[in-house]
Amino acid sequence: MKRFLLPLVLFLGLAVFLAVGLTRDPRELPSPLIGRAAPAFELPRLGADGAADAGRFGPADMRGKVWLLNVWASWCVSCRQEHPVLLDIARRGDLPLIGLDYKDTLPDARAWLAEHGNPYQLSAVDADGRVGIDYGVYGVPETYLIDKAGTIRYKQIGPLTAEVLEGTILPLVKELRK
Amino acid sequence: MTRWLRILAIALGVLAALAVQAREAAPLADDQAVEDRLVGIAQDLRCLVCQNESLAGSRAALAEDLRREIREQIRAGKTDQEILDYLVSRYGDFVRYKPPLKPTTWLLWLGPFALLAAGLATLVVQLRRRGRAAPAPLSDDERSRAVALLGGDR
Repeated sequence: MKRFLLPLVLFLGLAVFLAVGLTRDPRELPSPLIGRAAPAFELPRLGADGAADAGRFGPADMRGKVWLLNVWASWCVSCRQEHPVLLDIARRGDLPLIGLDYKDTLPDARAWLAEHGNPYQLSAVDADGRVGIDYGVYGVPETYLIDKAGTIRYKQIGPLTAEVLEGTILPLVKELRK
Repeated sequence: MTRWLRILAIALGVLAALAVQAREAAPLADDQAVEDRLVGIAQDLRCLVCQNESLAGSRAALAEDLRREIREQIRAGKTDQEILDYLVSRYGDFVRYKPPLKPTTWLLWLGPFALLAAGLATLVVQLRRRGRAAPAPLSDDERSRAVALLGGDR
């Protein structure tokens, strides 16, 4: 009986490792950007009515505020999934939400916002994806929580859910506001 | 017969004309040296969208953007190490197919050797134990069976 014990223990150990591996999402990577300053950029804003000179936006404009930067695109399918959560954030109105329209065309982006509702205070247009590279974007949608000093505190890869918002982001916002 | 020969001659003529037209394919890149370095760097990097493809081989839009970024940095005179650091600072060690040796990757790098050593140690212990234990002497019953099997000479 004893000679079967070792293989059994080895098998169980392996099974546990594999079972844990199955529950993890390989697309979720630890971001090296957490705890670092949000990369600076200056991009044109997406004009609501097609105005080309809607001004420019950079993260420096948000100094002193805790805010969310949400990377979205009209071609992004999962963005539809998270959109109700973003609209909910906009409805609460106490957490500034800035969009980064990633590798999109202006007409498509405007049409998308018109169709689904615009939760953003404003959207910056990253047409060629360069700012996206600086932020380590690889799977739209991605959302960054940035504190008063401009440091990235949290990054959500993939769609935001109500659970993540209530369970992780809002408590963290409360703490960062102190 | 002469008709067939004529057709053959025309066919050969057309082929010869095509052969004169043919040239070696022109390189797609304007600067071959930059492209060679790009492939050298991108080969060891992972495309983050399709994670089992290298950055050099992927056709994902992000991979194309990152190749453009690397190409520009090569033209700007950055070293390979600087470009690698640039990408790792944004995407983490995950972009590297050859992760650096540090405490969190010790198991990854040294694990296979540890397993090999453990296997060898087990083998040596087992062989020694087997060598030391002398075979049990045969009982009378077994001896007579062995004699019968060996042809009954004794």
